[in-house]
Amino acid sequence: MPLINVDGRDIEVKAGSNLLEACLNAGLDVPYFCWHPAMGSIGSCRQCAVVQYQGEDDKRGKIVMGCMTPVADGARFSLDAESGAQFRQAIVESLMLNHPHDCPVCAEGGECHLQDMTVMVGHRDRRYRGKKNTHRNQYLGPLIHHEMNRCITCYRCVRYYRDYAGGTDLSAQASHDHTYFGRHQEGVLQSEFSGNLVEVCPTGVFTDKTLLKHYTRKWDLQSAPSICTACAVGCNTAPGERYGKLKRVHNRYHHDVNGYFLCDRGRFGLGYVNGERRLNYAGQRQADQSFAAIAQRSAVDLAGQWISEADSSASLAGIGSPRASMEANFLLRELVGADNFYPGFSVAEEPVIRRIAQIVQAQTLLNPSIKQMEAADAILILGEDVTHTAPRVALALRQAVRNKALDLADAARLFHWQDAAVRNLAQDQRSPLIIVSASDTRLDDVANTVYSLAPSAIAQFGQSVAAAIAGNQEPINDDAAAVAAILKAAKNPLIISGSSMLNVAIVDAALAVAQALDGETSGEQQGDQFCSSMLSYTLPEANSLGLALLAHSGAGPSNNNLQTLLQRTGSIDTLMVLENDLHRRLSRSDCTQLLGAVERVLVIDLLEHDTMEQASLILPAASVVESEGSLINSEGRAQRHYPVFEPLHDRQASWRWLLVLATAAGHGQLSSLHHFDDVTAACAASDKLLAGLVEAAPDHNFRQQGQKVPRQTHRNSGRTAVVADHSVHEPQQPIDSESPLAYTMEGLSRDEPAALKPFYWSPGWNSNQSLQKFQAEIDGPLHGGSAGRRLFEQVDGAVLASVTDPAAGVAAVDNHWQLVPVYRLHGSEELSVGSEEIAELAGEAFVAVSAEMAAELAVVDGDGLQLQAQNLDLSLAVKVLPRLAQGCVGYSAGFTQTLALQPGSQVTLTKDGSWQRTHPQLIASDRGVAHE
Amino acid sequence: MEKVLTRNIGEHPVPTDLKAYEANSGYQGLRKALSTMSPAECLQSISDSGLRGRGGAGFPTGMKWSFVPMGDKCSPGHKYLIANADEMEPGTYKDRLLMEYDPHQLIEGMILSAYTIGADMAYVFIRGEYHVAIARLRDAIAECNNNGLLGDDILGSGFTLQLHVHPSGGRYICGEETALINALEGKRANPRAKPPFPQVSGLWGRPTIVNNVETLCNIPHIIDRGADWFKSLGLGDDAGTKMFGASGRVNNPGCWELPMGTPIRDIVEIHAGGMQPGLQLRGFLPGGGSTDFLTADHLDLAMDYDVIGKAGSRMGTGLLVVLDDHTCPVAMVLNLIQFFAHESCGFCTPCREGLPWTRQVLEDIEQGRGRWEDLETLAYQVSYIGAMGNTHCALAPGAMEPLQSALKYFREDFDKHISDGCCPYGGANKMAAHSHLTSSGLSSPSADAEGVQ
Repeated sequence: MPLINVDGRDIEVKAGSNLLEACLNAGLDVPYFCWHPAMGSIGSCRQCAVVQYQGEDDKRGKIVMGCMTPVADGARFSLDAESGAQFRQAIVESLMLNHPHDCPVCAEGGECHLQDMTVMVGHRDRRYRGKKNTHRNQYLGPLIHHEMNRCITCYRCVRYYRDYAGGTDLSAQASHDHTYFGRHQEGVLQSEFSGNLVEVCPTGVFTDKTLLKHYTRKWDLQSAPSICTACAVGCNTAPGERYGKLKRVHNRYHHDVNGYFLCDRGRFGLGYVNGERRLNYAGQRQADQSFAAIAQRSAVDLAGQWISEADSSASLAGIGSPRASMEANFLLRELVGADNFYPGFSVAEEPVIRRIAQIVQAQTLLNPSIKQMEAADAILILGEDVTHTAPRVALALRQAVRNKALDLADAARLFHWQDAAVRNLAQDQRSPLIIVSASDTRLDDVANTVYSLAPSAIAQFGQSVAAAIAGNQEPINDDAAAVAAILKAAKNPLIISGSSMLNVAIVDAALAVAQALDGETSGEQQGDQFCSSMLSYTLPEANSLGLALLAHSGAGPSNNNLQTLLQRTGSIDTLMVLENDLHRRLSRSDCTQLLGAVERVLVIDLLEHDTMEQASLILPAASVVESEGSLINSEGRAQRHYPVFEPLHDRQASWRWLLVLATAAGHGQLSSLHHFDDVTAACAASDKLLAGLVEAAPDHNFRQQGQKVPRQTHRNSGRTAVVADHSVHEPQQPIDSESPLAYTMEGLSRDEPAALKPFYWSPGWNSNQSLQKFQAEIDGPLHGGSAGRRLFEQVDGAVLASVTDPAAGVAAVDNHWQLVPVYRLHGSEELSVGSEEIAELAGEAFVAVSAEMAAELAVVDGDGLQLQAQNLDLSLAVKVLPRLAQGCVGYSAGFTQTLALQPGSQVTLTKDGSWQRTHPQLIASDRGVAHE
Repeated sequence: MEKVLTRNIGEHPVPTDLKAYEANSGYQGLRKALSTMSPAECLQSISDSGLRGRGGAGFPTGMKWSFVPMGDKCSPGHKYLIANADEMEPGTYKDRLLMEYDPHQLIEGMILSAYTIGADMAYVFIRGEYHVAIARLRDAIAECNNNGLLGDDILGSGFTLQLHVHPSGGRYICGEETALINALEGKRANPRAKPPFPQVSGLWGRPTIVNNVETLCNIPHIIDRGADWFKSLGLGDDAGTKMFGASGRVNNPGCWELPMGTPIRDIVEIHAGGMQPGLQLRGFLPGGGSTDFLTADHLDLAMDYDVIGKAGSRMGTGLLVVLDDHTCPVAMVLNLIQFFAHESCGFCTPCREGLPWTRQVLEDIEQGRGRWEDLETLAYQVSYIGAMGNTHCALAPGAMEPLQSALKYFREDFDKHISDGCCPYGGANKMAAHSHLTSSGLSSPSADAEGVQ
């Protein structure tokens, strides 16, 4: 490793890094603004200036920018030199010429990188006597607040939004000291990743609008490590709470999963936690069919009685949930018995998820982490619009297609961190991305080829590609041969498919392609990135994979879907439904029939939903941010979330309700479990595949320096005021006996394992930029390694038989169209639409038609179309998707209005003459501004 | 003296068309090169000639070209040649003259340069206000395309070149070659970090040469008549002739082709006709708004890159801006700083924020609100903004050059502004005296420049 000398101290540095990274790695405090570990250097802010000397005799030196200076063995630098220090001070003085002194009313205050850097360089007195420039702010939608006067023109926002995340509607405008960062006109930011602007902006230009509604400073937030439940990717989050309300969600760095960034659904989709639809108390149905709130104890006694009364084990059944924790699902399974446990997947998704779980378990191929996906040099996507079904993966794929640019940079001897230079060199040359899908996807702009095919044809295409790779037979068409050639030429090809088309044949086609490739590719170890042929499946919900493992592995019937449950309703008298709205999984008639046939329906959930209309007893569950739990993401990584705050009212974590019920019912085995860790251990012990579950995070006995990890910052100055309106006596903090975290500001928050890191703070670094102090190296894993535990690793030599029998393609005949689901980041997920901002962005449900069909049917965007089939007559707003596959009609999946639509079924379409156009865009803003 | 660059531009010039250009040995250099010289031989000839860039930096042209990867060393794809015709340096109007009256000279120079570096695409990136030059260049290019001088297989040599005129949206920073390239790509005109240099990764990431118009106009003559002939034209160390000029309150402001190394006194007193009656020369910027002031003591220096450099300034574009003793130097510097602050691209902090800060201090001094500590602030700003490397490109250091030298030579004027609490020259009324530097698209002396000696 090269050795450089900084102020007389020799520092070992990573070859090929820049001086700024090297100094930060060495623990030195160097101020910076425009550099970002994920986005590299451009040299615009000039804040990281250091003095470089030509040799020992050079006493004067020359100012260079740390972020733009490659380290070379023997190079000499100084941070302390007066000229450099003065220059860094001058930069902050310059930035402060126009920056308003509004810190007390700025949402960034207390976690502002500009504040930190100002203090760090020691700037105090301003000499500028002129007026400050002012700008007009823009309405940017319900998520992001814009305050342009605070801008220090570091260009991070546009570099993130455009270059990193592929957005187009935020740009740098005007020039000199009038440079403006905003949209071409006011309106909702169109990127699915706009929320990261809040964390990317080093000051208060882009702030979290949802936080501003009930603002709290960072130092007053109580936080805990959490996992996002808005999809199956499992991004790590740091939600913050005060006054019993969830205030905001920040990214929690995970080197292998989410890195520095979240999607907007993950960041803003937890609004339901504070929402009106939350259940606070247990409710029992009365004779007049109304619900009456009952005490926690009475509810437990009643339910315990029902369970113990179940005359045979067969008369008790449970429906689990892919959005509930492993522990809760496990307890339900044990309580009702494996034979009576139904995972709660819909009939359509059950075989798909089961097959994906089977493939993942077989461990024949690398099921890559997001970090590993970023190393892919050729990507084939079968049937997924990843941006809407596994958003963080889409952001990673946008980086993966840049591998071509990085190769070109290597050839031109540029460093990867020379961001502008690498982008200028490569221009629009990208690594190949091939998308085969039923309709337009948000990655089409970086794809080199897109194919629009009906679901069954997607599977056929995939099989043709696999055959062409293996050379088994003549490929069906030239397209498949071309795709095969691209994938074969790659070193680290990545195949992505998933459950969203609800089509097993597509899942198998992806497997076939990946297996065919695995015979071809060499597989290279490159640094910390192991690469070979990679296969990744997106799954619908946070614990879909975990639930599938619980339901389908080891004990239990293989055919335990909701339809089979429907067939045995006669024998069941008590049905326990865990965190599952059955109306999202079954048709309304089936659902009514199922719940009507059962004498006692017990529902444990957090939000009110239609299933409860037929429930006998409802138990209020704690949300993900009020409970501990383990989730298994689509990568097969077990991760743990912890309560950020104690559940209010009579809410309890589902696992705790179930454990208490088991005890009340006198369940032998389960009554020996007392703590969360006991349940996790029992779950892990139940199946060798789940053995790693206990290693997802340290157990509740973990201590550092004899103390638990504090959830509060040690500047939580307002904590004594929280209840001052009730009592001036400070109440005792709640005791957390289940986790290694404590509801306190006392204790060290420094070296805890990544899985227990609730927030980032370091002396002098109050903003999220303090993260670098906790990374083992800049942009590397956190000290102590990445959180969570991968349950499956690739096993050499293992082969899984692939099923190759895709159904024949379907063409529309006589105005019969095949329904295909179209997913939306905002709207398709059950819980997040409970956030008013997400609901606003989701807009109305739609039926999607191709441009050709739209012309044929004489409709345009916003018109009404009537969908008809047996038992179906529904009118929806039209959305034109230019490349919707022939013979298909799309519908907004997961929207309440479209729950009745069955993917793959046939409908007829007619223009709805009586349709009233709605203009949600105009209602969205009270400013009367039309958005796009 | 032999006229080279302006041989087709007389005292009352008319635009030269293809016929007229060819009649005066036009495209002779091109015919010679395409039929008898390899690109390497052309490069050798340019290197030998000692030609240095006429845009202001004076970088040796042959050396610049030698960094372009040739043959097998170049990955397959386009290479580009760009003529930098975005002439926006305050007080500079030489390229306009060359383009308006002898467009074919530039085109021939570009074809030869493209041939030398192996470029197959070329652009004239031209200041949008130069609409006359744009029209004449387009006409000339059409003539060439119709006569086998541009397009496929030029003069049967197999060499191919497409030449386009691209009018600029209009920013001073577009004269910086990498900002120019960004602008040509349709991006914000921010300069790029170097390395990589455009010779390796320029337009669309491909090898690119950007040369000033006047530089390129020299090429046909060097190829046609040889490096030794070219070197013999200069009076001192530097080779060739150069467009020189003078603006300010001289009797005959204008632009003239003179040998390299012509004494400044000749330019001011003979060609520009000396100072207007009743005025004394106080100082001058030797080559545009971003060069350090020199004073009457320097009048006998030769206009050579190194000579002017040793005197503490730069030859820049070679067009003098003369300051007389009835004009306020503080106001003149303020006027220039206003221009540069406005033309900052906004990319890096010292330039974007520092120049408006400097403007505020100078404004206060000029308008009688100056404080003694402002002089320290100005000195601080000169070292903070003016040091090359502190900023992303050379704009801000260039902007600081008139200020730092004004502080050196005209310090008593600054002092008097502060001690009197007003401008001793009459303040804002007189500021208009130098508005010709920056106020309008067309600088007024260039209108007179048509009278070329």
